[in-house]
Amino acid sequence: MRLELVPRGDVSPWARVLAPVAAVIAAVLIGGVVIAVMGRSPAAAFQVYFVDTLSESWGLQEMAVKATPLLIIAVGLSFCFRASLWNIGAEGQFIIGALVGSILPLYTAGSGAGFWVIPLALVMGALGGLAYAMIPALLRVTFGVSEILSSLMLVYVADLVLDYLVRGPWRDPKGFNFPQTVNFDATLPFLADGGRLHAGVLLGPVLVLVAWFVISRTLFGFGVRVAGEAPKAARFAGFDANRMVLAAFAISGAAAGLAGVLEVLGQIGQLKPGISSGYGFTAITVAFLGRLHPLGMVFGALVVALTVIGGESAQIALKLPLDLTRTFQGVLLMCVLAADALVSYRVRIVTMARA
Amino acid sequence: MDIWQAVLITVITAATPLLIAALGELVVERAGVLNLGIEGMMAVGAACGFAAATLSGSSALGVLAAIAAGVALSAVFALLTLGLATNQVATGLALTIVGLGLSGLIGAGFVGTSREAIPAIRIPGLTELPGVGRLLFGQDPFVYLSLALAIAVLWFLGRSRAGLTLRSIGENHTSAHWLGLPVMQVRLLAILFGGGCAGLAGAYLSLVYTPFWSPGMTAGRGWIALALVVFASWKPLRVLFGAYLFGGATVLQLHAQAASLGFPSQVMSAFPYVATIVALVIMSAGRRKAAAAPGSLGTSFVPDR
Repeated sequence: MRLELVPRGDVSPWARVLAPVAAVIAAVLIGGVVIAVMGRSPAAAFQVYFVDTLSESWGLQEMAVKATPLLIIAVGLSFCFRASLWNIGAEGQFIIGALVGSILPLYTAGSGAGFWVIPLALVMGALGGLAYAMIPALLRVTFGVSEILSSLMLVYVADLVLDYLVRGPWRDPKGFNFPQTVNFDATLPFLADGGRLHAGVLLGPVLVLVAWFVISRTLFGFGVRVAGEAPKAARFAGFDANRMVLAAFAISGAAAGLAGVLEVLGQIGQLKPGISSGYGFTAITVAFLGRLHPLGMVFGALVVALTVIGGESAQIALKLPLDLTRTFQGVLLMCVLAADALVSYRVRIVTMARA
Repeated sequence: MDIWQAVLITVITAATPLLIAALGELVVERAGVLNLGIEGMMAVGAACGFAAATLSGSSALGVLAAIAAGVALSAVFALLTLGLATNQVATGLALTIVGLGLSGLIGAGFVGTSREAIPAIRIPGLTELPGVGRLLFGQDPFVYLSLALAIAVLWFLGRSRAGLTLRSIGENHTSAHWLGLPVMQVRLLAILFGGGCAGLAGAYLSLVYTPFWSPGMTAGRGWIALALVVFASWKPLRVLFGAYLFGGATVLQLHAQAASLGFPSQVMSAFPYVATIVALVIMSAGRRKAAAAPGSLGTSFVPDR
C-alpha cells in the first residue's frame, strides 16, 4: 500500500484561505487527545486556553501584546520564506535587536532624557537585528554556507552575548546581583487601562500594510516571489540572486530586531536573560499559518498568541506544563503544512493489487 | 592512568552522540531528504531513554525505547514529506519544535532523578594495559557501536547495491524513478534509520554522558550533527573525523573554562557554535557548492504516475 498524490487542477481561493483554519481545528483536536492521555480534562483545558482569554478585556489586550512581536517577526520572515531562503535565526536577531536598541535607554536611564530616546532606540534595534542577519546572508553569498545552519548557530551566540552583558558590564549595580539591567525610563506609553496594551502594538498593522504593498505592488516584491517559485526564471529575468538574499535577510533581520526592542521597551522595561521566550521560533509557525500572506499572518499571530497566553494561564490554573504549548505549536505547524498539501493534491491510497 | 588517555577518552565521549546522529542524517541526506528534526528526535530519545530505563530498571530497554521514539517521530516526518510532499525544511523545524516540547512533557517527572551510567566495557588483561588499555578496550559500548556504524554506513553507501540505489535516488529522483527504482520506499527507510540514530544519540546523552535528564540537555547537538554532515561533504569517514575533531574542540573549551584564562565564561560556551560556523565557512569556501551535496537534497518528489 502506498500514497499517491494527484494534483488538483484549479483550487478555489477559498480552499486556500480555509486550509489554515482547518489546520487549527485539527491541531486543537490532537492537543485534546494529548491532554486526555496525560489524564487531564480536555474540556477544562480548552476553557482556560481559548475561552477565558477571549472573554476578558485583560486577555484581549494581552493577546494583542503577544501577537505584536510574533506578527512583526513573521512578516519579516515571509520575505525570506517566499524567496526560499531559510532564515531560522530570527530568535537571535530578536535578541541582538533588543540589545542594540537598549543602548540608549540604558545609558539615559535616570538622566531625564526626553521622548526622543524611543524612536532612536527603535531604529537602532532594527539596525542591530539587520546587522546580525547580515552574517548568515553574507556567508551564504560569499562562501556558499547554508544559511539554515549559520543563522541557527547564531541564536545560541546571541543568547550568550545577552547573558554576558546582563551579568557583566550592563548589570544593575543596585540589583542585588540579579542578572538584569536598571529599569529604563524610555518605555512605550500604555494605550488602555487594566492591561499592558502599549503603543508598540500599533506598529504591527502598519508593517502588515507596508509588507502587503511591497510584496504585491512593487518590482522587488515580484522578484522575491519569482525567486521562490521559479528560480531559473528569476535568473533569466535579471534578478540578482545574491542581492535578493541580502535584501530578504535585511528585511527579516530588521523586523526581528524591531520586535526585540519593542518587547523590551513595551513590556519588560529592562534587559534580563530570557527576554524572548522563543518568539523567533514561534514566528515561523505564525508565518506558515498565515500562508506567508501579510493579512493571513495577522490571523496566524492572533491564534498563536492565544495559545501562548492560554499556556501561561493553564500552567497556573491547571498546572499543565508550558511544554504542552510548545508541542502544540509544533503540531500546529505540521497541520498547516499538511492542510496546504491536501488543498494542492488529492491523496489516493494505492493498494498492491491495483499497482 | 596518564593524562592524555583521560583527555582522549573525554574527547571520544563528547564526539560519540554527534557521530551517531550525524551518520543517521548522512544516510537520510544521501537519499535526497533533508531532515532538520534531529535536535527534536534527539531530545525525545534522551527523555524516553531515561524514562524507560528508570521505570524498567534496564538500560537496554531504555536504549530500545529511545530508538523507537526516534523512529516514531521520523515516521511522522516521512508521512508529511513523502506522503504529502510538504516542504522538508519547514516540516523538519516543526519536528524539532514538537520534539523539544514532547521531551519536556516526558522528562518532567524525572528531573532530579539520577541513575548509574551504562558502565564501560572491561576485558580482563587488555583494559589494564598501561597507556592505551582504557582508550582501546575500556570504552562504553556505544563508542564501539558508533565506530561499527561508521564502517557499516561506509560499506553500505560505497560497496553495496542498495547503497548505490540510495545514492542515485538522492542524486536525481526523477531519473531514478524512471529507471524503476523505488524512490519513496528507499527514502522512507532512510528517514526511519536517521530517526533511530538520532534517538540512540539522545539515549547516549541521558544514559551515559550526564547521566540524568534535564530540560534542553541536547543543547544544539542535533544542529551541530547536521552541520557535521555538510562539513564532511556527505562522506562517512569525514563525519567520523569531524565528530572527533568537534569532540576535541568541546573538551578543549571545557578545560579552558576550568583554567579560567580570563575570558568570560560565555565566550567559551559560544565556542562550539562559532567553531561550527567557521568549519562550514572553511569547507564551503574550498569547494563548488553543487559538487558535494546530493542533487535532489531537500526537494520534494511527486511522481507523475
